[in-house]
Amino acid sequence: MTYRHDPYDPKQVAMLDPAALDDAVAAAAEAFAQASDLDALAVQKAAHLGDRSAVSLARREIGALPPAAKADAGKHVNQARTAVQAAYDERLAVLEVEQAQRVLATERVDVTLPWDRRPRGARHPLTTLMERVGDLFVGMGYEIAEGPEVELEWANFDALNISPDHPARGLMDTFWVAAADSSTGATESGLVLRTHTSPVQARTMLTRQPPIYVVVPGRVYRTDELDATHSPVFHQVEGLVVDKGITMAHLKGTLDHFARAMFGPDARTRWRPHYFPFTEPSAEFDVWFAEHRDGPRWVEWGGCGMVNPNVLRACGIDPNEYSGFAFGMGIERTLMFRNGLSDMREMIEGDVRFTRAFGMEVH
Amino acid sequence: MKVGLSWLREYVDLPADLSAADLDLALNNLGIEVEEIHDQRHSVQGSLVVGKVLTIEELTEFKKPIRFCTVDVGQANGTGAPQEIVCGARNFAEGDLVVVILPGGVLPGGFAIGARKTYGKNSHGMICSAAELGLSGDHDGIIILPTSVEAVPGDDARGVVGLDDIEVHVSVTPDRGYQMSVRGLARELAHAFKVPFRDPGIAPAPGATATPAWPVTVLDTAGCDRFAARQVRGVDPAAPTPSWMAKRLLTAGVRTLGLAIDITNYVMLELGQPMHAFDADRIAGGLVVRRATEGEKLTTLDGQARVLSAEDMVICDETGPVSLAAVMGGQTSEVVDGTTNVLFEAAHWDPTMVGRTARRHKLFSEAAKRWERGVDRQLCLVAIERAVSLLVEHGGGQAGADVLDIDHAPDPVMISMPGDRASRLIGVDYSVDRVGDLLTEVGCDTAVYDDHVDVIPPSWRPDLRETADLVEEVVRLDGFDNVPSTLPVAPPGNGLTPSQRRKRTVGRALAEQGYVEVLSYPFVSASVLATLGLPTDTVKLANPLSDEEPLMRTSLLPPLLAALRRNVGRGQRDLALYEQGLVFLPDLSAGIPPVMGVAGKPDPALWEKANASVPTQPWHVAAVLCGEFERSGWWGAGRAASWSDAVQAARDVLSAAAVPAASVTISAAEKAPWHPGRCAAISVDGVVVGHAGELHPAVCTALDLPKRTCAMELDLDAVPLPGTTPAPVFSTYPPALIDVALVLPASVPAAQVEAALTEGAGPLLESVRLFDVYTSEQLGAEQRSLAYKLTFRAPDRTLTVEEAVAARDAAVAVTAERFGAVLRGA
Repeated sequence: MTYRHDPYDPKQVAMLDPAALDDAVAAAAEAFAQASDLDALAVQKAAHLGDRSAVSLARREIGALPPAAKADAGKHVNQARTAVQAAYDERLAVLEVEQAQRVLATERVDVTLPWDRRPRGARHPLTTLMERVGDLFVGMGYEIAEGPEVELEWANFDALNISPDHPARGLMDTFWVAAADSSTGATESGLVLRTHTSPVQARTMLTRQPPIYVVVPGRVYRTDELDATHSPVFHQVEGLVVDKGITMAHLKGTLDHFARAMFGPDARTRWRPHYFPFTEPSAEFDVWFAEHRDGPRWVEWGGCGMVNPNVLRACGIDPNEYSGFAFGMGIERTLMFRNGLSDMREMIEGDVRFTRAFGMEVH
Repeated sequence: MKVGLSWLREYVDLPADLSAADLDLALNNLGIEVEEIHDQRHSVQGSLVVGKVLTIEELTEFKKPIRFCTVDVGQANGTGAPQEIVCGARNFAEGDLVVVILPGGVLPGGFAIGARKTYGKNSHGMICSAAELGLSGDHDGIIILPTSVEAVPGDDARGVVGLDDIEVHVSVTPDRGYQMSVRGLARELAHAFKVPFRDPGIAPAPGATATPAWPVTVLDTAGCDRFAARQVRGVDPAAPTPSWMAKRLLTAGVRTLGLAIDITNYVMLELGQPMHAFDADRIAGGLVVRRATEGEKLTTLDGQARVLSAEDMVICDETGPVSLAAVMGGQTSEVVDGTTNVLFEAAHWDPTMVGRTARRHKLFSEAAKRWERGVDRQLCLVAIERAVSLLVEHGGGQAGADVLDIDHAPDPVMISMPGDRASRLIGVDYSVDRVGDLLTEVGCDTAVYDDHVDVIPPSWRPDLRETADLVEEVVRLDGFDNVPSTLPVAPPGNGLTPSQRRKRTVGRALAEQGYVEVLSYPFVSASVLATLGLPTDTVKLANPLSDEEPLMRTSLLPPLLAALRRNVGRGQRDLALYEQGLVFLPDLSAGIPPVMGVAGKPDPALWEKANASVPTQPWHVAAVLCGEFERSGWWGAGRAASWSDAVQAARDVLSAAAVPAASVTISAAEKAPWHPGRCAAISVDGVVVGHAGELHPAVCTALDLPKRTCAMELDLDAVPLPGTTPAPVFSTYPPALIDVALVLPASVPAAQVEAALTEGAGPLLESVRLFDVYTSEQLGAEQRSLAYKLTFRAPDRTLTVEEAVAARDAAVAVTAERFGAVLRGA
């Protein structure tokens, strides 16, 4: 224990009076409570907990007391100091919360301000519709086959049972590729812009062995002037299956499933006999579309049939061993009636307002 | 083909109350496409009756003469009193029978008839003209019914004027020529309604006589395997075509041209046999049927002087060709106004020959359409007999006793079909008897055995060549509705190919960066290619839609920039577009593909040679942008689209394509259509795969694009597909970060500086990032400062300051050695 040898000062000793201590505690509590912010509280902290505060001065006086009185006085002083500290801590916590709330309040923003700093991108609905069709069939075990758009006349016509003299060739409204070099005397290039995705059938059968299960989404060309329902450039998706024991019932099952996936659980197909050189028997089919914008109805959707034996033969497949079916439909047409478009030109012009409406995937 | 149902009913007993809707459905289910079914009976509503004009009062006080008439309409008006009607026509007299529509009726076009006051009189109804009834009348004025009409005032007038039929307009598929006739359609409808059919095509007809009707020699029996002819002599040249025949021709869209010719057309529509009528007095000597000689000339009926090919067939007399066989007659031998002696010809021509001749001479006549689709070779004599009897009946004259029939009939072809063939192909269990019955129904001669059916198709079905064709008839007649719906089970597939997945990922990546996809036409003009500085010797179309744009794109940019301009024209300013698709790169030395047959798989060498002549068609991806790439707004200023965004788009594509950043090199390039100082070549593993940057200002001006439009195009097919991604290795020790600012000549590309730093820093360098480019007067115009943040990290320890500094010094040393770089502030 050290002794202070300060001169005895009765006034200071009076500070150890329990009543005086109680007054100091009360005064401190009152001062803290009056402090309206953290700065004011800091000032009061110095006054009531600092070196010159009543409780600090009182503690300093203890040393001057006779030893018998020290313990008791010390106890009183500590109690007083603890009480002041507690009052301070309590007020500090309150003011800190208030302060934090004031800061948050000043940091308030208008979260409804628009943020269109980066305009949205989008994928073309024809692209994503073709992907959707592709995914459906890939899920069934099919693969996606592709082919060139400038195509051999042979693959576009001859291999598909459309001989040069076949009337169907004249009906196809074909874009012909000009002969590259007229000096050789050749007037025809033997090349066309493919009029359908069907030449990929021939290419697939020439390069793969059955069983063949493929779908062919792609771009095709016909010499139609652009108007609300025609375009010289459009897209088709085509399916081809060649396997042992394939029947028209399989074709119907496949198209019905396809219809349900695209048009809802009520969808189904209705068939009409038709003629395609590359299939025999052939049919056109309608789909029952319950959510058509003009009310539930049958809508013409595509063509189909059993692969013509001549096509199988031209591609080196024995029609006595294998049979197959093929089907195809227009993607533009499908998008038009499915999503209620009325003008084909909107799909072609590239107006960003059209494409953005469909976002990243067509629904 | 357009015919009235009344004509069809002559040969098939259709239900009397057959509705247009039932007919439509039946035809559709038969595979006959219905263009239109027009029920004339419902085209006029209300009371349309026969009236007899009682009195006519001429009203003369008006600008044009007007008649006030009273007309007896019997009890049709409910009172029997004369009907008062005001009429503007003047082609009738008291006592004439006319056609009256009473108040309450509605004429075609929704023209409602009421009682009204006009020209000072009350008019109760209207006296009708043919045009007002929707009939195609040749002359003006109201209809005056002939006195021979068996009708009295008040009778319904629809039947009298021919408003009692249902017009059926159908399209016939190219395989079913027989349906292009009343005979064929009636046969089909008989199938649909299960009613009796009387075949006019097997009507009795006299056969060839010992003396021919005309001396004829057929020199080419491959092109013409049957030729029949007969005369009618002493025809009244003034005899008119009967009105019922004229009406049927009119419905079919065939002009009436005089009785003899009208009869040939009528027989063609009825039976499907195209015919020709010669004026026997204008033929010089015997007829010869042969191929034309190359360059031979013939003026056809349409007045065209035609130069013939050696593939065409002609009918000649002593003067030379008088008819382009099967397609169109010649002027010199045709029936004319004064013709009294007619020689009818009905032949059977090779469909391929006719098709080629029709295409060569662009003569797609009704006859040619039927020949191309196949005509029943057994019709010749029946058609001749029908034509002769019609001409004798309506034109007088006498049928010639002699009949010519030069017939080189091919052997009938029998198809032997396994009994279960149809069941196995369709998935319906047809009994062999059912198959036989259905094929018999379409006219086949069938012999049914336990395990197969022998079938001889009828003469009118040249399209039935093999079992698949017969199966189609079985399922068509049995009904598609009976085919069950069964999903086949495909073997397990391999999913999308890497290249297919990549196209999708690339598209999504660009869309996520704000680019909007466009699918544009690949047709371009030579002038746009020239403006863009692209080669113009590319794939060219022989028959482009627009002569302006006969070329196929070699770059995605021309059509994509057109789409950008279109959007700008519609008020968009800030645009970022992208497209993916094929471009067409011809190999002009490839030559034309070899001829390949279809009897079997092409010889691999031929197939390879054929494919070599197909232009290379790589898959490209391109992006174009203009305006602000980041918009200005309440947050502050925006950022204009720049060359760097175009380059970044290329990087984004390559990143989406999983090309490691280390494999990508960006280097300065000069390439059209880009700005020579703002064009980057994008390389992967040292191979240039595309370019990006700002377009040449002259290009923007010439194509009317916004200034500083930027563009990027990559050949995605040239970008190698990624292998399996190796797992990354990274350290968890703390990094040492050191910034360096290098002063070096401004001409040194940043990409090379970065490469030098990377090379010099060695394996401790984790990343290097350029964070500032600084130029100043103090540095001089030729110098610039590039500030890099270098991050060093060791895989197995915390780097010491000394190690990091040593690595930095090594990195800087390489730039100093290579480019004379000095550390700024050093």
